[in-house]
Amino acid sequence: MSVLVNKDSKVIVQGFTGKEGTFHAEQMIEYGTNVVGGVTPGKGGQTHLGKPVFNTVADAVRQAGADTSVIFVPPAFAGDAIMEAADAGIKVIICITEGIPTQDMVKVREYIKDRDTRLVGPNCPGVITPGAAKCGIMPGFIHREGKIGIVSRSGTLTYEAVDQVTKAGMGQSTCIGIGGDPIIGTTTKDAVELFMNDPDTEGIIMIGEIGGTMEAEAAQYVKEFGTKPVVGFIAGQTAPKGRTMGHAGAIIGGAEDTAAAKMKIMEECGIHVVKSPADIGETMYKVLHG
Amino acid sequence: MNLHEYQGKELLQKYGVAIQRGIVIDDASKALSAFEELQKETGTEFAVIKAQIHAGGRGKGGGVKLAKNKEEVVENVNNILGMMLKTPQTPGGLNGPGKLVRKVLIAEDVYAPDFDACKEYYISIMMDRAKKRNVIIYSTEGGMNIEEVAEKTPHLVHKEHVDPALGLLPFQMRKIAFDLGLSGQAFKEMTRFISKLYAAFVGSDASLFEINPCLKTGDDRILAVDCKVSLDNNALYRHKDLAEQRDESEEDPTEVEARKHGLNYVKLDGNVGCMVNGAGLAMATMDIIKLSGGDPANFLDVGGTADAERVEAGFRIILRDKNVKAILINIFGGIVRCDRVANGIVDAYKNMGGIDVPLIVRLQGTNADVAKKIIDESGLAVHSAILLKDAARLVTEVLA
Repeated sequence: MSVLVNKDSKVIVQGFTGKEGTFHAEQMIEYGTNVVGGVTPGKGGQTHLGKPVFNTVADAVRQAGADTSVIFVPPAFAGDAIMEAADAGIKVIICITEGIPTQDMVKVREYIKDRDTRLVGPNCPGVITPGAAKCGIMPGFIHREGKIGIVSRSGTLTYEAVDQVTKAGMGQSTCIGIGGDPIIGTTTKDAVELFMNDPDTEGIIMIGEIGGTMEAEAAQYVKEFGTKPVVGFIAGQTAPKGRTMGHAGAIIGGAEDTAAAKMKIMEECGIHVVKSPADIGETMYKVLHG
Repeated sequence: MNLHEYQGKELLQKYGVAIQRGIVIDDASKALSAFEELQKETGTEFAVIKAQIHAGGRGKGGGVKLAKNKEEVVENVNNILGMMLKTPQTPGGLNGPGKLVRKVLIAEDVYAPDFDACKEYYISIMMDRAKKRNVIIYSTEGGMNIEEVAEKTPHLVHKEHVDPALGLLPFQMRKIAFDLGLSGQAFKEMTRFISKLYAAFVGSDASLFEINPCLKTGDDRILAVDCKVSLDNNALYRHKDLAEQRDESEEDPTEVEARKHGLNYVKLDGNVGCMVNGAGLAMATMDIIKLSGGDPANFLDVGGTADAERVEAGFRIILRDKNVKAILINIFGGIVRCDRVANGIVDAYKNMGGIDVPLIVRLQGTNADVAKKIIDESGLAVHSAILLKDAARLVTEVLA
């Protein structure tokens, strides 16, 4: 078992025939992901990478049974692409695109909030269930099948954590990159909840950063409902106030945005907080195996 | 991206928001003609001379002055234009070097003739991350530091969230005006002001509007006396006219140059420079520098393509900071292959004819072993590592 994606997921790629879409769709297929086609408006009926191209997501759902979509559409059109997928009945929408205007995402969030769909991202590396499905841009080879669930707002920092977990002799159930934007579909708490309810996940790694209150909400959830050990790290302990650190959402506005404040709440809620990003994997191992 | 007060007011005016009018000049010899023109246009007797820099609290540092006649206009413009203005928000605060004032706004005196009948309010609009909606924050305590007001008298700070599908509704505009204690003509003016202000916020893809103070005049008009406007960088592609108003002289020159090379750089005050791929890993690398006994000198995300050209640009930018005593490169190669990055580092190093400070290179991920070999056999004075904890230990060693 795993969360969000597995070997039975029927995956499509929106922005399938573009440069990014093509490159990453190829890698996903190579990894063994069940890619059933892609969507590029105006290119329906063609074949790309040996898979059918559809004009609309609705066509892809009807004709190929798609239930999962990975979006590589440019920022100006990505909000629309998310809403199209939601309207067509896609259950898991993973938006990789970076740079979507915030006001577009305010509307997208409103559009999808009462629909039976889950958005991951935008501005994220995607979701991978090792050995089953790679839905995103992460390097597949660093992952290993296992029992650790990882949730993170970052790309390469997630890879770092994955690599440490693998090197410590463990593997991952699923890794969810939730994205670095101010408005994202799946929050840290949402992801932690998924892992708590997944029988095959034994431990959870939660990687946050400065800005927002997501980690505090997740920590409260762990305190109230947690049944599995959680190791946490917050990036940006040395970040200055008022500056955006790469990710649009990584900015310290008030006191609760700081790494120190988040680490304190996480500790109070029983999470094993590490100060150094080099200690994530080993700490998870020690917590689980003594 | 931030706008100057005068640019923000132009934007507001385009959407029909009433503002305190003014004329901006960058040359003191134009002070008198600008003042005369302003008097003709607005009928104002006095003028307010306001320094145009990207920082709040300008009045505290002497950057905002009332001039009661021509002589005072000229005198104040001469004093403010070209000064190094220190405010609580300029680098280093009131004890820092301050910011050079390149432009001043000569603005009408909107408090005349009935100063005592005037009332100042606070109004801002931003996106509430927790609620995922735009929020209008308002208070009767205008002209003050709103953070202090929120701390000492939280009941005086109100919030109104806006439904993204429906937009700001008339009853919400009325509620805001009532909460601010308005009635009669001023009440009507305030509902109109809020309506247009919100339209301007959404229409310009702003991330922050702060109108402080928003003024009720003696004759019951509502207008923006000051405004702070920040725009969403991701949406500038659909606002070319606003994007052109970027004032790079207000930004750190090194950060401006970094942006031209596609690098995301933020200058900090420490002694260890770093170059990393990815924002989260870059912040984590800063943290590990601190834990290793150093202080990060910068944030620098090289993005997805860490080729020789970008790495060289990154080196040059980091080394411009004379406080830098060591550099840590931390790349996790996924799609980017580490051996390519290693070759890029070696080429950049050679192109620059060497680097004076110890260099620690940590390459992990795709082809990390090959990359370490390339670095180790290059003959360069470089410390290499694969594991993050080894890189941290090397930072401690070179600083010792």
